[in-house]
Amino acid sequence: MEEKKQELYGLLAEFKTSEELIHASEKAYKAGYRNMDAYTPFPVEELPEAVGFKKPVLPLLVLIGAITGGVLGFMMQYYASVISYPLNIGGRPLNSWPSFIPITFEMTILFGAFTAVFGMFALNGLPKPYHPVFNVPRFKLASRDIFFLCIESEDEKFEIENTKKFLEDLKPREIFEVDP
Amino acid sequence: MSTLYSKLRKPIIEGDKSLSQVTDDVAKTLETKPTKLWWFAFLLALTALVAGVVAVTYQIKMGIGTWGLNKTVGWAFDITNFVFWVGIGHAGTLISAILFLFRQRWRTSINRSAEAMTVFAVICAGLFPIIHMGRPWLFFWIAPYPNFRGPLWVNFRSPLLWDFFAISTYFTISLVFWYIGLIPDLATLRDRAKTKIKKAVYRVTSFGWNGSVRTWNRYETVYVLLAALATPLVLSVHSIVSMDFATSVIPGWHTTIFPPYFVAGAIFSGFAMVLTLMIIARKVLNYQEYITLDHIEKMCKVILATGGIVGLAYATEMFMAWYSVNEYERFVFINRALGPFAWAYWIMVSCNVIIPQLLWFKKLRRSIVFVFMMSIVINIGMWFERFVIIVTSIHRDFLPSSWAMYKPSIIEIATLLGSFGLFFSAFLLFARFVPFIAIGEVKGVLGYGRTNKSAPQIGHTPEPKLEAVEE
Repeated sequence: MEEKKQELYGLLAEFKTSEELIHASEKAYKAGYRNMDAYTPFPVEELPEAVGFKKPVLPLLVLIGAITGGVLGFMMQYYASVISYPLNIGGRPLNSWPSFIPITFEMTILFGAFTAVFGMFALNGLPKPYHPVFNVPRFKLASRDIFFLCIESEDEKFEIENTKKFLEDLKPREIFEVDP
Repeated sequence: MSTLYSKLRKPIIEGDKSLSQVTDDVAKTLETKPTKLWWFAFLLALTALVAGVVAVTYQIKMGIGTWGLNKTVGWAFDITNFVFWVGIGHAGTLISAILFLFRQRWRTSINRSAEAMTVFAVICAGLFPIIHMGRPWLFFWIAPYPNFRGPLWVNFRSPLLWDFFAISTYFTISLVFWYIGLIPDLATLRDRAKTKIKKAVYRVTSFGWNGSVRTWNRYETVYVLLAALATPLVLSVHSIVSMDFATSVIPGWHTTIFPPYFVAGAIFSGFAMVLTLMIIARKVLNYQEYITLDHIEKMCKVILATGGIVGLAYATEMFMAWYSVNEYERFVFINRALGPFAWAYWIMVSCNVIIPQLLWFKKLRRSIVFVFMMSIVINIGMWFERFVIIVTSIHRDFLPSSWAMYKPSIIEIATLLGSFGLFFSAFLLFARFVPFIAIGEVKGVLGYGRTNKSAPQIGHTPEPKLEAVEE
């Protein structure tokens, strides 16, 4: 990694409205920037597409988690009732699967939900004790009413002067340099 | 700056709020000293809780012989309270999951508190079966795990075990769902925390949330997924609770109508409790612009619909008893309406079916005082519904020589009181320490019903200043 790139995490531009942020992100994406992120106080529609964020893989993970839960749930009951402790009650079948359905269902939901939650934490890198954007004092307002666009120095097109000029053309309120 | 309103849609949040105002309004409750009214309510709730703790301690020491049960009536107050509290919980999940899937965006200002209500109600519910076990310190025996007792497994064919799985899954999912929704708001509080302790607490609990578009997007995906998972779950939970009764051979319990009947009743009673809490909270915490009359009216409509289903279920039960030509089945229903517990039956019918019909009038749906009293009436009615179903079905069984009456003991009444104490103390603490309204979600619907889409342009937007969150 080059020397210059280690100096800064990126450049942070502050916008007043979500619409300005969407336009700015779209322009930055068109200009060829890829390593960027937008920070908003609430989820903004169209913004993920604007920064070029692909559809998350989470739904697939949850499907797998849910199926695993269902299978494990049924196996647990099957093992207990048929293999480990078979009870002959009037010659009824040991694998009385209809009565295993409720617990199988609950385990499906439980595992699916846990996959969703922990999958989200893992993909989002939470808990994250440190993130460079918090070095900008005004970033505290990102959870209040300000919208930020950050172009990161990791990006191949990132060059401090050019990028700063590019951001200025987007007419933000202010531009900050983010220390790593 | 004047706001242009849409002709078709009314804004969900009244009062032309800007983004920063939402944060300030919600955070204000947490940053000011509690009012005298809050202390009064909290001490009242705490007193009830203490009474409950004393009663529970006594009955655990002496055994559940301290209850008013007898050989005929083996289930009564305890299970009534259990079903009552589980039912209350259902409204929270309905608001957070089902209304979310149906894109009912007005839910944003009530979902946080309704979910909190769910969590506390399920805790209250869970206590009763555990106490009922008689030896609550061995309650973990109900979980299937390898053990030195054989290994002896739990009975997977028993509805009581299904119930254990359903309730514990429901509790876990409700808690997780609630906490996930809370993370962005905890980050908001972290960014405006002034004292060291608060800063540390919110830093840890918000997990370093920074509001990046990627995290928001995954967060929203998770929210949809959890809603989609919680919807069948909430329907299954009360269905399984109803199977505790429906899979038995007791006339009055052994009916196929029970699962949908119980689910509708649960939503009915849950919404009544949500209304009770919201009407107080919007006044005391000054959230009238967030929890508006429209919200209350919409909830009344849900109550009217589910109350209709409940009424239909009562009628269907009666019809089936007659149509079945089963002597015992017919007797149970005649006994319910005309027997020694007829008073309870008619409280149930009037509170759940007859009086709520007044909600057909728009004027009454929009009258705060009337809706508040109605919500209390429904709460009472739904408690009696469970009491009627449980006690009247078993107190006069197949053999007239074993017929008996049931009267709750003071211990049982104190335990019920204690559960209310637990519920309200928890809810009052929640209102003090956690954002009562989902800040992030409400910000997302600020632009709703307004012609200019981006929210911060609405109303008199102050210049964003760092001083707003610092000293």
